[in-house]
Amino acid sequence: MAEISVASRLQGSGAYALELDGIARHFGALVALSGINMRIAAGERRAVLGSNGAGKTTLFNAITGDFLPTAGRIRFFGEDITDLPPHERIRRGLRRTYQISQLFKGLTVLDSIFLACRGVSRRRFSLLRPSINDVNMVQAESILNAVHLESDRDVLVATLSHGQQRQLEIALALAGAPRFILFDEPAAGLSPTERRDLVAILNALPKHIGYIIIEHDLDVALRVSEYVSMMHNGRLFKEGTPQEIEADPEVQEIYLGGKHG
Amino acid sequence: MTALAPTDKPAAQSILEKIGAGNIVVLVLLALYPAVASDFFLTQIGAYSLILGMISLSLMLLAGYGGMVSLAQISVAGIAGYTVAIFGLNNSGVHGFGWPFWIVVPIATLVAAGASALIGVISNRTEGIYTIMITLAIATAFFYFTQQNYSLFNGFPGYTGIRAPEFWGVNWRDPMPFYYLCLGFAVVAYAAVLYGSRSTYGLTVQAVRDNPRRMRALGFNVTAHKVVAYFYAGIIAGLAGVLLVWFNGRISPGTINVSAAINVLIIAVIGGMRHPIGPFLGAVVVVLMQTFAIDIVGAERFNTLIGLFFLVIVFVSPDGLLGLWGRIKPHLAQESLRSGP
Ligand SMILES: Nc1ncnc2c1ncn2[C@@H]1O[C@H](COP(=O)(O)OP(=O)(O)O)[C@@H](O)[C@H]1O
Ligand SMILES: [Mg+2]
Repeated sequence: MAEISVASRLQGSGAYALELDGIARHFGALVALSGINMRIAAGERRAVLGSNGAGKTTLFNAITGDFLPTAGRIRFFGEDITDLPPHERIRRGLRRTYQISQLFKGLTVLDSIFLACRGVSRRRFSLLRPSINDVNMVQAESILNAVHLESDRDVLVATLSHGQQRQLEIALALAGAPRFILFDEPAAGLSPTERRDLVAILNALPKHIGYIIIEHDLDVALRVSEYVSMMHNGRLFKEGTPQEIEADPEVQEIYLGGKHG
Repeated sequence: MTALAPTDKPAAQSILEKIGAGNIVVLVLLALYPAVASDFFLTQIGAYSLILGMISLSLMLLAGYGGMVSLAQISVAGIAGYTVAIFGLNNSGVHGFGWPFWIVVPIATLVAAGASALIGVISNRTEGIYTIMITLAIATAFFYFTQQNYSLFNGFPGYTGIRAPEFWGVNWRDPMPFYYLCLGFAVVAYAAVLYGSRSTYGLTVQAVRDNPRRMRALGFNVTAHKVVAYFYAGIIAGLAGVLLVWFNGRISPGTINVSAAINVLIIAVIGGMRHPIGPFLGAVVVVLMQTFAIDIVGAERFNTLIGLFFLVIVFVSPDGLLGLWGRIKPHLAQESLRSGP
């Protein structure tokens, strides 16, 4: 039924950014995901909520190909990408961040973002040093500013604070004209100020860029998404506007517990 | 302060500044070395260290930048050596097509680079200790194969009577020309690695070392970048292999046995794998010890001595002699990593 409500809500809007049909993932006997169906319109911003172990990260891994799903099909802007290797999916405009930062400890901040821009561009095997006027370098500098890391431009990633590493994690996903981004708990471990910055960055993204954000903090989720999906035990069990979800008694019971009670 | 100017990219940098004072001093000293060195010191110490340094440099490129410790680099050098013996001239009465050096050397280098890339493909799915194990297995298998195969590798005796060519009126077998030949190759390889480490491709290799999963999530074909690193390392090891076969005048399974493979690793570890100068440093130290320690402590105790030295270095400074230098002059080491407060 949730299916139908999403579809009707998006009627006439045309293309879907992401379509998931019957995605499942098993780890041995453990069923981490089962029967996930999802349609996300181009430019839509969706929050996914769910308790720890609900399968949210596993769903992201299935979409990007980090770990393939056991069953199901994935379409990205109408194209079936289920059998493509991760880097081919990324080159089509898909991006992600990681719940646990996956960075290049031995590189500088600027070089990391430069590589993120170059990864979906040409000359990935160039034996020349990139000049400061290189188009990907210029892009990297502007992303650097967007995530407020300009003062750490030439610093080794290993020396960044946790908060700065989270900013860089986001910077890497913004590089190279993304069409759709998967944010895996980008606000986890951030200070209130850093959270405000994060919300500002997400809201400042160009309108055509859609995303899914996994977020435990409902307040953050409400401010950056227009629609919410709830996950529990590897299944999607409810979808609705943030207000509907917040008011839903079942959701309050299962997910929020006493917190909002 | 970054608002003022990026400190490591001043607008106009002179050629001298770009190359670096340290590199120029070392190059001048190495160029003047024949003025003071005897023939023995020119070839057995100078040229031999440069050759072993190049083979270890090919390992340093893979291990230091790419995190791929391959023990098969001596095999790659050996493949180039065998190719020179087969396509050039030898006096073993097997093959020896007698093609001119300017065809044979590029062929040998490319065959070696291709073999290295193939090793990269085979070990692609492995990481860390498993890469060491699979490449050691490849090196061992190749050693036994050359020993048993007579149609291509002429088995146990291998090939003898291989000579460096004569051209431009110079006999490159003579000590001083041969030294300069090795110096020229080594300088080109060293400079290429140093420059390339900051190139786009060089950065991708280091990023793959740090986090292959993230590299895939940025759109990079990680496998291709690793295999290409093996190919480039193969070019360096291959060129060194050509020099080695000219240096020895012969090639046989003994040149590429397991202890030779380990020797390359020891040199790289002793010298340090954080900068391409490390392998050459390690090569000089090991060649000096191999040459003179035998006279002092005798052949049996010699390996014990190298082993002890190796242990001391690994315990005192995991980054080799380069790491020791970093400790004596920590501010210098820091400066090279960061650009300002
Ligand atoms: N690589 C893995 N191997 C085995 N089990 C896993 C693996 N990854 C996740 N799981 C299991 O799958 C379930 C969902 O995990 P995850 O997707 O990380 O949850 P969430 O991100 O919602 O907190 C958990 O029970 C977790 O233990
Ligand atoms: Mg998770």
